[in-house]
Amino acid sequence: MSATRFRRVSVRWLSMLCVSLLLFSLMPPAAQAIDPIELSDPALQQRYRDLSHELRCMQCQNQSIADSPVGLAGDLRREVRELLEAGKSDAEIREHMRERYGDFILFRPQWSARNAWLWVTPLLLLLLGVVVAWRVIRQRVALEVTDQFVAEDSRERRADQ
Amino acid sequence: MNRFLLPAGVFVLLVVVLFVGIQRAPQKTVIPSALIGKPAPAFTLPVLGSADEFDSASLRGQWYLLNVWGTWCPECRNEHDMLLEIARTDVLPMVGLNWKDDDASALEWLRVLGDPYDVTAADREGRVAIDWGVYGAPETFLVNDLGVVVYKHVGPMTPEIWAREFLARLPKASADRSNVQASGADTSGAAIAIGAGS
Repeated sequence: MSATRFRRVSVRWLSMLCVSLLLFSLMPPAAQAIDPIELSDPALQQRYRDLSHELRCMQCQNQSIADSPVGLAGDLRREVRELLEAGKSDAEIREHMRERYGDFILFRPQWSARNAWLWVTPLLLLLLGVVVAWRVIRQRVALEVTDQFVAEDSRERRADQ
Repeated sequence: MNRFLLPAGVFVLLVVVLFVGIQRAPQKTVIPSALIGKPAPAFTLPVLGSADEFDSASLRGQWYLLNVWGTWCPECRNEHDMLLEIARTDVLPMVGLNWKDDDASALEWLRVLGDPYDVTAADREGRVAIDWGVYGAPETFLVNDLGVVVYKHVGPMTPEIWAREFLARLPKASADRSNVQASGADTSGAAIAIGAGS
């Protein structure tokens, strides 16, 4: 009796927790408090928001320029805004920043000779995993064939059915 | 026994990789400049405390130092005496880039502490600093006679860094000139000459 009641209560608590987490996730990001500037064109505003979340604040390093209150982040947001208004594409703006601050300013690293290993290593590891798995499986298969007892046992079982 | 050899080998390799990574971690807090080997960004800015404009093109054909500073920056105060020391050796022109500062405070700073710069450009809005990829004062750039950025140092200038990273990159003639001027007859080395003075 008490066990089922306990279960019901915990289910209610769990669902409340889920709902509140959901509500938290729907809250607007804190960036709006830091950066109250709205561009006149909603499409530009969306691109501005996306871009400023993709560029690293060089002073605080683990924040984007959209999330950082430091002076340089504000200057970089102004730079992004002005480039957008001048009609530059997203790729051009990213390149503009990369020319000045290097790959480090981009949260999404781009393909280049220097960071190729970053992209290739996971593939190599996957390949290694496949090779190891394949060898292990082959060994097991080989075992079943050569092991007389298992072979006979399974033959007997098949006969029983 | 043999079947443990490979996992043990992989483990040792991993330990080595992580150890090297941790050893090198402190250097990675300084972000290398994207401008090394590239033309120094051209700029025109008002000269601090004057109605004149400073055009970076006027430095074409000579090596120069560009030091980014602000009165709001504590490390800039720490390196100031070293900058004065360098200015005294007169090896190369020194340009100050006063970054996002108040003109009156900046002028007061130079009047009280001494002015190491041949010219100070006032980057009140921080636009030129962005073009130079500046992310934290003080930063010091070395630009060669072709207008190419040769080196950037982030953080306060010290006698060691000046000798190792800047003087060593300068053409021999001007580095030698610094020897003579800094220490008179003593030619035992620019690093020692400047280090002793500070």
